[in-house]
Amino acid sequence: MPVGSGPGRLAVRKTYKLYVGGAFPRSESGRCYPVTGAHGGHLANAALASRKDARDAVVAARKAFAGWAGRTAYNRGQILYRVAEMMEGRRAQYAAEIAEADGIAADHADRLVCAAVDRWVHYAGWPDKIAQVMGGANPVSGPYFNLSTPEPTGVVAVLAPQRAPLLGLVSVIAPVIATGNTCVVVAAERAPLPALTLAEALATSDLPGGVVNILTGRTAEIAPHLAAHADVNGIDLTGAVPEDAVELERAAATTLKRVLRPRPGEDWTADPGLTRMTAFLETKTVWHPVGR
Amino acid sequence: MEYAPAPESRAVVSLRTSYELFIDGEFTPAKSGEELTTVNPADEEPLARVAVAGAADIDRAVAAARRAYEGAWGRMSGAERGKYLFRIARIIQERSRELAVLESLDNGKPIKETRDVDLPLVAAHFFYHAGWADKLSHAGLGPAPRPLGVAAQVIPWNFPLLMLAWKIAPALATGNTVVLKPAETTPLTALAFAGICQEADLPPGVVNIVTGAGDTGRALVAHPGTDKVAFTGSTEVGREIARAVAGTGKRLTLELGGKGANIVYDDAALDQAVEGIVSGIFFNQGHVCCAGSRLLVQESVADELLPRLRARIERLRLGDPLDKNTDIGAINSAAQLDRIRELARAGADEGAESWSPACRLPERGYWFPPTVLTGVTQAHRVAREEIFGPVLSVLTFRTPEEAVAKANNTPYGLSAGVWTEKGSRMLWTAERLRAGVVWSNTFNKFDPASPFGGYKESGYGREGGRHGLEAYLVHAA
Repeated sequence: MPVGSGPGRLAVRKTYKLYVGGAFPRSESGRCYPVTGAHGGHLANAALASRKDARDAVVAARKAFAGWAGRTAYNRGQILYRVAEMMEGRRAQYAAEIAEADGIAADHADRLVCAAVDRWVHYAGWPDKIAQVMGGANPVSGPYFNLSTPEPTGVVAVLAPQRAPLLGLVSVIAPVIATGNTCVVVAAERAPLPALTLAEALATSDLPGGVVNILTGRTAEIAPHLAAHADVNGIDLTGAVPEDAVELERAAATTLKRVLRPRPGEDWTADPGLTRMTAFLETKTVWHPVGR
Repeated sequence: MEYAPAPESRAVVSLRTSYELFIDGEFTPAKSGEELTTVNPADEEPLARVAVAGAADIDRAVAAARRAYEGAWGRMSGAERGKYLFRIARIIQERSRELAVLESLDNGKPIKETRDVDLPLVAAHFFYHAGWADKLSHAGLGPAPRPLGVAAQVIPWNFPLLMLAWKIAPALATGNTVVLKPAETTPLTALAFAGICQEADLPPGVVNIVTGAGDTGRALVAHPGTDKVAFTGSTEVGREIARAVAGTGKRLTLELGGKGANIVYDDAALDQAVEGIVSGIFFNQGHVCCAGSRLLVQESVADELLPRLRARIERLRLGDPLDKNTDIGAINSAAQLDRIRELARAGADEGAESWSPACRLPERGYWFPPTVLTGVTQAHRVAREEIFGPVLSVLTFRTPEEAVAKANNTPYGLSAGVWTEKGSRMLWTAERLRAGVVWSNTFNKFDPASPFGGYKESGYGREGGRHGLEAYLVHAA
């Protein structure tokens, strides 16, 4: 039998699944939905995640939290950089995916992929610096050694932006995990495929399973369950439509989740600053007497 | 040993029979026409009638704050703003005895605490923040941080003047103007503070004080004319506020309840730990959100620690808040006393053993004896719900892992204590505790330079220090 990619060869298509706890399961609901390109052509079927999938993802994220938050900041930075390395080698694949999804030119797509890779590199430098920038010694008026340090808030639900399916996605995930949180991400509903290909890079980059969990499906269907979930500590509403964002913020109030509100028209190519990291950081202040 | 009474004189305070709202630099009657009466919780005697702000009054206050923000205050340089705050701090120091007595009368807390803890901290908060006003570009929040505008602030009754300082000082230092609502049972020192603003010639409208109860607070929080809501109080009300603020785009910080664990390891200096446990739960009658209300003691030293703790509690003096020897004053209100009684009873009903020292409670006023519940399990209500009173629940543990697991087994995450002579064990424990403040070999220490605030359902945001400024400034990108 001849080997190669001759005209008679049937392409092997990719089955896109969820990414939960480091594994790639189908939706427990057995549902999927067709994903189409910018010009309406069928690209693939993506899993239509259910409430149960969201709950499973929260369980996986919670299970991974202590280990991830407990790693050294240096090690977290190394792993984030490793994600960039894994993506760099597959730039062409990402570019093809977002070109199909958004109907953009190949060179534009490549620039967006490069920006996404560079964003991982940017955040790879943050884990071992954020405590120095956001923490410090407090000069209290008494004989105490008093130190404030930032700590991750816990499990964060992230509604990925509906536009910018790769650069936007990376821009919302990386700051959350750089600081030691774990997350459950609802990928862009219209263009979920780059998220699942990103998951393949994450899965091969020493990122512990469960640190990032990616669900595909209807944002409006999954988000309320995450906003109301008692074991989710924070929620990034970037990918919610404005009408839903208000209701989600209200639901998040029940468990006093930290909420990052959507900022319409956010420029994903701009310097991301600190706010995406500080939104999901706590400050712990430790007092100890000084004496002999 | 008995001590002779050593009462502080009330003569330094001249109470008026009724108080009006403070809006736009003037005391002004409430359009609502309603009043409430604030009483001395130590003897249930009425102290004064206080106006209740209605919707129209809130409108006026917010409008005044907006005018001040867009006018004199907004145009002032940071250096000049800071000078007003320094001036206020100095007046507070000058009038601290008067304010301490007034606070003890209205709140029921011992004069020893208002005089030696509350008032020095109130002045310190204004001094600390005064110095930030012209240095905001160095606060690490971007090169030119801007104020938000008008802040709506609602504070509780447990530290009336201190919570006012925690709210107003950072808001003014960052260039915002405020409308503040004190608690309905403790409005008097806030109104005295309004007088201090006048004495300091603070421009009209920069600080507005609207008195009233829950409805006034709700109207203020929901008012569309404010840019920021800051609340300290119960988790239940915090949830309600978070819901009300959702979708408005207003910034929100919440400082809510707690169920702090005070962990005593077997190698702790036990007498020192006993002092810390006592101050952790009986300071301010336990009306402290970060109180160490759950004592987690290592099983091997429990039999040694608990008798010493009881012996120490026997020596606490409960009674007249104005007596300089009083350690434990009155419960702030009849409603709060009912809640403490209900929860303490639930503890006994669920099988915990209740102990209080032999102490006579005054016949009038709202009083609850210091109480220790032993044999408490994690499922008991007294181990889970905030009591906000002088009631300590005691649990035991065997390993450090168990101590951490039990300490973190709560939806709250405000404070914790660790008692051990071993530094590495202290740091190991502090690292794992999910709490915003961890006191090691000490408890209930506060300082304006030190950020304070909770994890999880204890709320969000920090007050104090560089971190506290962030709540009142526009995020740089």
